[in-house]
Amino acid sequence: MSDRLTSDVVAKVARLARLDLTPAELEQATAQLGDMLDHFADIDALDLADVAPMTQPYPLVNVMRPDVVRPCLDRDEVLGAAPAPQDGRFRVPPVLAGEG
Amino acid sequence: MAVPSTATEIAAAVRSGGTTAVEVLEQHLVSIGERESEIHAFNLVTVDAARERAAAIDAAVAAGHDPGPLAGVPVALKDNMCTRGVPTTCSSKILEGWAPPYDGTAVSLLASAGAVMIGKTNLDEFAMGSSTENSAFGPTRNPLDPTRVPGGSSGGSAAAVAAGFAAMSFGSDTGGSIRQPAALCGVVGVKPTYGRVSRYGLVAFASSLDQIGPFTHTVADAALALQVVCGHDPLDSTSIPEPLPDFSAVLDRGVDGVRVGRITDLPAGADPDVAERVELAFDVLRAAGATIVDVEVPAFTYGLTAYYLIAPAEASSNLARYDGVRYGLRVDADDTNAMYSATRTAGFGAEVKRRILLGTYALSAGYYDAYYGKALRIRRLMANDFAAAYERCDVLLTPTSPSVAFPFGSKTDNPLAMYLCDTYTIPSNLTGDPAMSVPFGTGADGLPVGVQILAHALDEPVMLQVAAELERAAGGST
Repeated sequence: MSDRLTSDVVAKVARLARLDLTPAELEQATAQLGDMLDHFADIDALDLADVAPMTQPYPLVNVMRPDVVRPCLDRDEVLGAAPAPQDGRFRVPPVLAGEG
Repeated sequence: MAVPSTATEIAAAVRSGGTTAVEVLEQHLVSIGERESEIHAFNLVTVDAARERAAAIDAAVAAGHDPGPLAGVPVALKDNMCTRGVPTTCSSKILEGWAPPYDGTAVSLLASAGAVMIGKTNLDEFAMGSSTENSAFGPTRNPLDPTRVPGGSSGGSAAAVAAGFAAMSFGSDTGGSIRQPAALCGVVGVKPTYGRVSRYGLVAFASSLDQIGPFTHTVADAALALQVVCGHDPLDSTSIPEPLPDFSAVLDRGVDGVRVGRITDLPAGADPDVAERVELAFDVLRAAGATIVDVEVPAFTYGLTAYYLIAPAEASSNLARYDGVRYGLRVDADDTNAMYSATRTAGFGAEVKRRILLGTYALSAGYYDAYYGKALRIRRLMANDFAAAYERCDVLLTPTSPSVAFPFGSKTDNPLAMYLCDTYTIPSNLTGDPAMSVPFGTGADGLPVGVQILAHALDEPVMLQVAAELERAAGGST
């Protein structure tokens, strides 16, 4: 078992990602992610301070277009694909528990 | 007359009136009827829409109109490519039944070129996997040996062409998801330069790596496919505003004078039967007049680590949109936070959850610099190393997959073993360079081996030129 990761950290990450894990899933995830981080240790020794990060393969430049009205997605078609549309909007449960 | 099987022949015959789109379609539907229940290449076969479409193509030809370069070609699309009004599931329960309100750009271009969309193909959920075993709707079987996987994540698209269900198909390649299944199913698969094909309407996995590309029977068909789907698109801000070359122009030129690089520090791991075929490919190209050049790509070995930090990090962000609000599954709960968690927990499969956790971890405070930040710097090293190699050679040759198609279940208990399938394909996604797999004979148990040809950004023509030479050799005595 890797010492790079504890189940507390995995539980926190799962909360951030809005995923519920059972105790068995948490244990398995901790072991599997730990194995991966062990494998990724091949980069630990690399000194990359002088290397610039690369986020995109192709140099991006800002693109402007004329500010003119164009056709867009059909509202009814978009809302029709939603789980709970209501009055032209996306209906959701109360944002704060205990309300509504 | 027998219906032709390559896209080039089909389009020529339909345009000239030598056959009809309806006849071609029905032939492919017969193949689907015979074997699809065993292979499960498709999540959905759009029989009625395809028949209407084929009839319309034939009507156009009869009226003296040219339906386009893919006239009457039955085309299958990976089920992460948005098709208006046609379910697009990403093989995930979280999108089951969702029908997009628009067509992706590649989908529109195929329709404009006269292609007949025949169905949506199975994949590893959200394109995360190398075997198509991660589909929420069950695995796809390899048509060449149904006890084995077709590769992944675009396993359904590769199987559809290999089984004769479609003359051409499309997939997406984030770390090898076109090239590896092409190799395992014995068909041609191309990942174009990042930005060549618009990603508008491709459901995002890792946005800086994802690229759409074709599966075909032949290299000429692949060139034809690229000619149709490549090109600048204002709807994708990462689309490359460069003119398109004629991808078919150099296929018959041979390889005299082409410099083919051999990576001397390539990570080990290819099975001997695969390595032997790659050696033979070098021999064939040398005999045909190519110069073999030894090059080093030191960062290659760190590709797997960089990829499995960057791709999950981007995925964890991209998949945040599946929250039960705007589309797909919702599992109701008392408040929004509980609804998000209940929906995502029920809707995502094990591998998708694993990658979201890994990506969220790599991006989280305290670990960002050690993992994600470092991976981005390795990505730069990788691009520099490949650029240096391409100063000395026109293409590089490697195995596509370390092994031929493997049996079901052989890697499912060990995620890391599955990730190692991508060792040779990952670098091209990190750099954005084009790469393709071309079938080159068989290895263990008579199963196909794919040779991978890599080229520098925008250099698809020379890559296809070398692939065509290997195809000619493989069709001969080798």
